[in-house]
Amino acid sequence: MRLGFDPRRDPRKILIWTLVALGGIVMIMPFLFMISTSLKGRGEVYDLRLIPLAPTLENYAYLFRESRFLRWFLNSFAIASISTVSVLFFDSLAGYVLCKYKFKGRQVVFVAILSTLMIPTEMLVIPWYVMSKNLGWLNTYWGIMFPGMITGFGVFLMKQFFETVPDALIDAARIDGLSEFRIFWEVALPLVTPALSALAIFTFLGSWTAFLWPLIVTNSASNYTVPVGLASFSGEFSTEWNMIMTGAAVATIPTLVVFILLQKYIIRGVILSGVKG
Amino acid sequence: MASVTLSNIVKRFDRTEVVHGIDLAISDGEFVVLVGPSGCGKSTTLRMVAGLEDLTSGEIRIGDRVVDRLEPKDRNIAMVFQNYAIYPHMTVHKNIAFGLRMAKLPKAEEEKRVREAAQILGLTDLLDRRPAQLSGGQRQRVAIGRAMVRNPAVFLFDEPLSNLDAQLRAQMRLEIKKLHQTLGTTVIYVTHDQVEAMTLADRIVVMRDGRIEQIGTPTEVYRTPASMFVARFIGSPSMNMIPGRVEAGEIRFDGLPPLQRPGGLESAGGAVFLGVRPDDLKVAADRPAGAFAIEARVEVIEPLGPDTLVYALAGSRELVAKADSKVTLHRGDVVTLVADSGALHVFDAATEQTLRRQEAR
Ligand SMILES: Nc1ncnc2c1ncn2[C@@H]1O[C@H](COP(=O)(O)OP(=O)(O)OP(=O)(O)O)[C@@H](O)[C@H]1O
Ligand SMILES: [Mg+2]
Repeated sequence: MRLGFDPRRDPRKILIWTLVALGGIVMIMPFLFMISTSLKGRGEVYDLRLIPLAPTLENYAYLFRESRFLRWFLNSFAIASISTVSVLFFDSLAGYVLCKYKFKGRQVVFVAILSTLMIPTEMLVIPWYVMSKNLGWLNTYWGIMFPGMITGFGVFLMKQFFETVPDALIDAARIDGLSEFRIFWEVALPLVTPALSALAIFTFLGSWTAFLWPLIVTNSASNYTVPVGLASFSGEFSTEWNMIMTGAAVATIPTLVVFILLQKYIIRGVILSGVKG
Repeated sequence: MASVTLSNIVKRFDRTEVVHGIDLAISDGEFVVLVGPSGCGKSTTLRMVAGLEDLTSGEIRIGDRVVDRLEPKDRNIAMVFQNYAIYPHMTVHKNIAFGLRMAKLPKAEEEKRVREAAQILGLTDLLDRRPAQLSGGQRQRVAIGRAMVRNPAVFLFDEPLSNLDAQLRAQMRLEIKKLHQTLGTTVIYVTHDQVEAMTLADRIVVMRDGRIEQIGTPTEVYRTPASMFVARFIGSPSMNMIPGRVEAGEIRFDGLPPLQRPGGLESAGGAVFLGVRPDDLKVAADRPAGAFAIEARVEVIEPLGPDTLVYALAGSRELVAKADSKVTLHRGDVVTLVADSGALHVFDAATEQTLRRQEAR
């Protein structure tokens, strides 16, 4: 990579770079500790050195053989994937309609959807719980998923992005003979892939790391998601830090994969939407 | 191919009526240009023909079919938009073929039509490109290709050349005209550029504020404008307008000599405007008998090549005239501007309508 300047000649740049590097180290330290701890034996956990004295994979072996981590991992993965697909589909559909169709009450609907963004999860879990209880959704996958199947934020994001799709393109597709749904699916949606990738990342990660609601709605270990499962390593009398860290280290992998995969799409999407007309 | 008939078309958006009852009969194979200033309802009218906008009232026929309730795809039309509106995520080939695929045409026929259109439009080498890799002119050609392959009964164009630079616009204008001559399809073409209207149209429809101001061939609209609006809108530079009064068989002006009332004038008294096109107002060496003549002082000279535009002051009124480029003129020269009496237009100042009997219509 060519730099546009020579850092040796500009002391201010040196300062900035140092600060950025320090910031980076601060950010990455917890991750290093997580990995380090996951490689430590039981006796070494409270020894805070970064390089374990006797590195071991026995925590990983235990995690997969003895705990129900694999089950939790699959639960989380399935729930996050289904939620993401659902959010991408329904939020973009709703956003598209709110953006491209003029109908009575459109503004009211949009404001109503936006206002749901102002209510925090902590306030919603009680009504969700009551609802789940009455409908028999407690301790089910659907019970964990349903609050996140459609999100106000996604509808808002997609509506804003659909503004960049020219109306003439939609008219052209109507003349070409596409049904309204196919116009959405084949013409409008491919043009907002950057927004879709961003929304996919947010949604997947949000679901992957969700803790409060899954904790409340599940009560058997086989229905736990990863965060709830990891929390169960922290018992009443002792906390198995090495196990929590080992589970967390494994749980980070999908996050990284999602990010790396979709980042490519984001870049491609940006190139696409740079197209004029 | 088909005729198109609009009967008493009205369009209202919420409370505002923007098209106030348009009647227009377009015959099979005709090239009709809707022209008018921004916001006069040209696009709205065209979009109603396309089926992209509902009629508030009235009736549209394409051929002998009433199409008011039909979907755009069932109207046998194709449309080209101002900002190209080609699909950015598809190749040129796919863009052109897309409508055919929707119509479930056999693959071989689809391929044949795409090749043909690409051939005519010079897109053959670009078929695998994406729109981002095309120039503006090429993009508009793709849009025209997409319209062509549908073999529509009517082509609708909404300012297809507005996004192109002047030179390319002139070239594409010619291509569209050639295309019409080759295909012979009925065309409705919207523009606010009067040069495009004049050069392309079999008939021009001049619109203003949601109404038709005049319908006629380019020559009719240019030679015998029905109103001051049409007179000013068509022709460049704009027609000179001189306020005056009809009194005792002549037209009197402030600070100018009176004019014998031109023949063929419908009876009128009161305030009028005398109109004369710059093209008809010549800088002359002498004053021929029976012609309209005005003394004026040259203010600005704009050489155009074959002739020269002369901005001159007659009294306090600025007039635009033409001079042969061989005549040398200087700022401050006092010249005689002469117009043939047949080239004079008289408009009622109150109604802005022409007072000349419509000849030869
Ligand atoms: N969807 C709409 N909702 C409300 N008003 C509209 C709508 N579309 C057009 N109008 C109004 O209708 C009038 C005519 O618009 P139209 O687009 O037909 O004009 P135009 O002659 O094509 O002008 P331009 O040369 O600028 O394209 C304008 O006053 C415009 O504001
Ligand atoms: Mg328009």
